[in-house]
Amino acid sequence: MRYIRGFREGAAAAAFEKLIEAEVDPERDYHLMEFCGGHTHAIFRYGVEDLLPDNVHLVHGPGCPVCVLAMPRLDAAIELAGQDNVTLVSYGDMLRVPASRRRSLLKARAQGADVRMAYSALEALDIAAAHPGRQVVFFAIGFETTTPATAHLILEAQRLGLRNFSVYCNHVVTPAAIQSILDSPEVREWGQVRVDGFIGPSHVSAVIGSRPYEYFAEEYQRPVVIAGFEPLDVMQAIRMLVQQINDGRACVENQFTRGVTRDGNGKAQRLVAEVLELRPSFEWRGLGELPYSGLRIKSSFGEFDAERRFAMKAQPVPENAACQCPAIIRGVKKPTDCAIFGTACTPRNPIGSCMVSAEGACAAYYKYRRGPVQAAG
Amino acid sequence: MCLAVPARVVALLGDQWVETDVGGVRSRVSIALIDDVALGDYLIVHAGFAITRLDVEEAEKSLALFEEIAAHLQGAAHALHPRLP
Repeated sequence: MRYIRGFREGAAAAAFEKLIEAEVDPERDYHLMEFCGGHTHAIFRYGVEDLLPDNVHLVHGPGCPVCVLAMPRLDAAIELAGQDNVTLVSYGDMLRVPASRRRSLLKARAQGADVRMAYSALEALDIAAAHPGRQVVFFAIGFETTTPATAHLILEAQRLGLRNFSVYCNHVVTPAAIQSILDSPEVREWGQVRVDGFIGPSHVSAVIGSRPYEYFAEEYQRPVVIAGFEPLDVMQAIRMLVQQINDGRACVENQFTRGVTRDGNGKAQRLVAEVLELRPSFEWRGLGELPYSGLRIKSSFGEFDAERRFAMKAQPVPENAACQCPAIIRGVKKPTDCAIFGTACTPRNPIGSCMVSAEGACAAYYKYRRGPVQAAG
Repeated sequence: MCLAVPARVVALLGDQWVETDVGGVRSRVSIALIDDVALGDYLIVHAGFAITRLDVEEAEKSLALFEEIAAHLQGAAHALHPRLP
């Protein structure tokens, strides 16, 4: 397909390589954070880093939904799946994420729990309709790309009058996460993480538009360039960021013009606003409690809220002491800084959530980095 | 999770559903999140839902720009796989 292949053309990538090389100021460094795990994987898969000058550094951000889900909330889902009459449905990535005491939904399934993997959220409705005697719970996770589907699902369940269906809502919002990185002590005080600009999410922005980023581009004086997930998109966005930084500008620019407008998808936004509302506070793995960063089901749709129906409680648990996922999610450490990376923790047997998903930074390093894996010193 | 692909609409199935094609792979996609989908439109599909329409005019503009700079700088092919011959 032209609209996939065309954005992977080698000759244009080589041209961008030359343009970026000519335009960077050799006297300074450029620290650019790609928020999305999708970008992290595109960067590694296509070797984008090899095409960049040495003073352009990419910092991996927290935009991987299964990576940022707080462990107590996953534990609660596993507890729920263990109930006799419950069928838990979730996206594939979620099933392998390690919970406390090295449990996972996949292991719960092996022990007899009814856990199903879905490609589309709508499959959960089909399962509920087909099994009226069972309580079917959709374990909803994800950023704004995925949220409208969950809102639609709840409206459909209401329309169909499904009494045995509910949603365990764990949706999170992107702008709050970016702001928390800029507000974090690592960035503001300790100087451990430098972020001069952001490569902004493509598909999240297709839904929310580019407008929500304008506030912190202005307030924190950091440029944001919304970029597609193909390698040429990323190269072009890096060039646009370098140009903004050179000019001393900090505005929101859109490289992914084929999918993102300033206003985004109004219909999807209205569906979300009808069914879901912001929680005053929500816990993220690695980032902690962030105000107004997660969504819950409105009380008018309370009958579809699994947290109410099953009185679910998330109990605090300690993280695995060796796992560096929280620091990796914040961009403070790289996967190769973790002592168990590639040794005890591998995609086949993940200890931390960043090793699981097709968007996790550790999984990207493991899969695509060339050369031998070096143990942390 | 946020990964999505452009897909061309090859059949309108009614009741908020269309059939799409990506390089020969056919899928049933919900268009509950967007309005006025027509045959031949390109959609950006994520987890079974079209999240927005692909703006073909803008995509062509990007591709034209890529071709222009590639021709201008006569960049070598295979730059994305520099270790390959």
